[in-house]
Amino acid sequence: MLAFLTRRLLQIIPTIILVSMLIFGLQQLLPGDPALIMAGEERDPSVLAEIRHQYRLDQPVPVQYVYWVKGVLAGNLGESMRLKASVGDLVKEKLPVTLQLATMALLIALGIGIPAGIISAVKKETGWDYAANLFALWGLSTPNFWLGILLIFLFSVTLGWLPASGYVQLSENWKDSLATTIMPAFVLGNALAAVLMRHTRSAMLQAMGTDYVRTARAKGLAEGRVVLKHALRNAMTPVITLLALEFGTLLSGAVLTEQIFSIPGFGKLIVDSVFNRDYAVVQGVVLVTSSLYITLNLLADIAYVLVNPRLRG
Amino acid sequence: MAAIINELREENPWARAWRRLKRRKGAMVALAVVVLLILMAVFAPWVAPYDPTATSFTSVRKPPTWLHWFGTDEVGRDVLSRVIFGARASLSAGLVSVSIAIGAGVPLGLLAGYAGGWIDAVLSRIVDAMLAIPFLILAIALSAFLGPSLSNAMIAIGVTATPVFVRLTRGQTLGAKVEDYVEAARAVGNPHWRIALRHVLPNIVPPLLVQASLAIAGAIIAEAALSFLGLGQQPPAPSWGSMLNSAQRFIAQAPWMAFWPGFAIFCSVLSFNLLGDGLRDALDPRHK
Repeated sequence: MLAFLTRRLLQIIPTIILVSMLIFGLQQLLPGDPALIMAGEERDPSVLAEIRHQYRLDQPVPVQYVYWVKGVLAGNLGESMRLKASVGDLVKEKLPVTLQLATMALLIALGIGIPAGIISAVKKETGWDYAANLFALWGLSTPNFWLGILLIFLFSVTLGWLPASGYVQLSENWKDSLATTIMPAFVLGNALAAVLMRHTRSAMLQAMGTDYVRTARAKGLAEGRVVLKHALRNAMTPVITLLALEFGTLLSGAVLTEQIFSIPGFGKLIVDSVFNRDYAVVQGVVLVTSSLYITLNLLADIAYVLVNPRLRG
Repeated sequence: MAAIINELREENPWARAWRRLKRRKGAMVALAVVVLLILMAVFAPWVAPYDPTATSFTSVRKPPTWLHWFGTDEVGRDVLSRVIFGARASLSAGLVSVSIAIGAGVPLGLLAGYAGGWIDAVLSRIVDAMLAIPFLILAIALSAFLGPSLSNAMIAIGVTATPVFVRLTRGQTLGAKVEDYVEAARAVGNPHWRIALRHVLPNIVPPLLVQASLAIAGAIIAEAALSFLGLGQQPPAPSWGSMLNSAQRFIAQAPWMAFWPGFAIFCSVLSFNLLGDGLRDALDPRHK
């Protein structure tokens, strides 16, 4: 186990270094002189020189990269030009909002996707199976920004049950918080539920054909017990790994969902920063998102090995 | 029996795949929708009843009527005509960005899988790094730094979709290069580039084709998402994503403005997904 952990940790180091290079490299795509962009209306050569010196734009690119990495390692992700705040503070402020949304979306996806996958596998090639497959196709093909707008039309405009936009913190008022996040969380969880349903179905079908399930049935166990205790337990391992991999999709989806429902989270921060040419924030948010994603994948790998003793080697 | 076996043996693999695909009703309907969408995009000026950018302040936000089947938008433009012309942005984004991803990803994957060693190690780490950044976030960041336009959105989506093709091609090449026919090609003295291009590549086309179909579906959604955020097609040119963006502000007064462009995205993505699933079943030799 220790050897596996060491090997896996060593593997992610080059990945993280390359991710940081990619994110830093994005800045080089900017057309023109970054100092001119930072200066805005200002065209005074002494001001431009000062900006170049302050942001080390007068140094070679590799040197700029080393300074940037040093800053990141010291917890300094840079400064937002627009909000005049540190990117680290902005991330700390916005991340919990997106994490609340992503957690709710995950719970909704698990609540729909796994039961649908189990029913679809157990009742293979019946109306239930076809309905679950149709649901999966719908989930995979519906753009979440369209679904969001349709839900706003139905639940906010027509029925008046839920607020169309805005966000209330969980600690402030949990009922209002749920009311403001339930629609965006459903929109976000919808596609994930479809993916989970498909994977659960195929893992369950595989598990249902194994010898241990046949043995459990031969012992005379009730079908419900065979499905839930014997087949499902074993079918869940690949699904757990999938959840970590799909976390990135949730964060991507949050960008659009937060935009539609005006939720002040991570996604809205990146879009607002893009339009205000606040590139330090864009870089910081992408870096934090990727680091989260890499860490979750590592944890999923460890969990996979922990629940599967044959892989411990 | 022998005659049937001989017939099956002589059947071209592509003809066999087509015969299997034809048996799948869902995939065939999807293929018909895709062909229809392509025709609609190509012949948009002849099919659309109105100029998609022509405004009319006397018919602002009119609900669907016989004159305007899908209604009109906030400046009186015909929604049906904009949906028809919007197919051009979405389909070209799907095709161009996936072509970029294939054009870059397949040669790199072939190189990594065939050459192995340090080339494979370096390319694989770069792919891992790119895949560690969530798809849409990387596409948004790239479009933001490249500047908002449809062509930059296509480049951003293409670059973002490339690592999946590198990884898939690499994996398939690793499997194909140990096959007997590759050994035989090597034994008769073929140069490496010829073995990779003439013997390995044609044998890994089926999974690439399936991935391409699914990637087009992903690229259409990504283009619509970028245009929705204002990073893709710029107004007044029509795009399904940007139409949804303006429709969002008028959802209470003119819900038809949001319904049709979203439905168009849904239909095209569903069709490419179904086609990809059908192709996977039709091209898999294990699937009878």
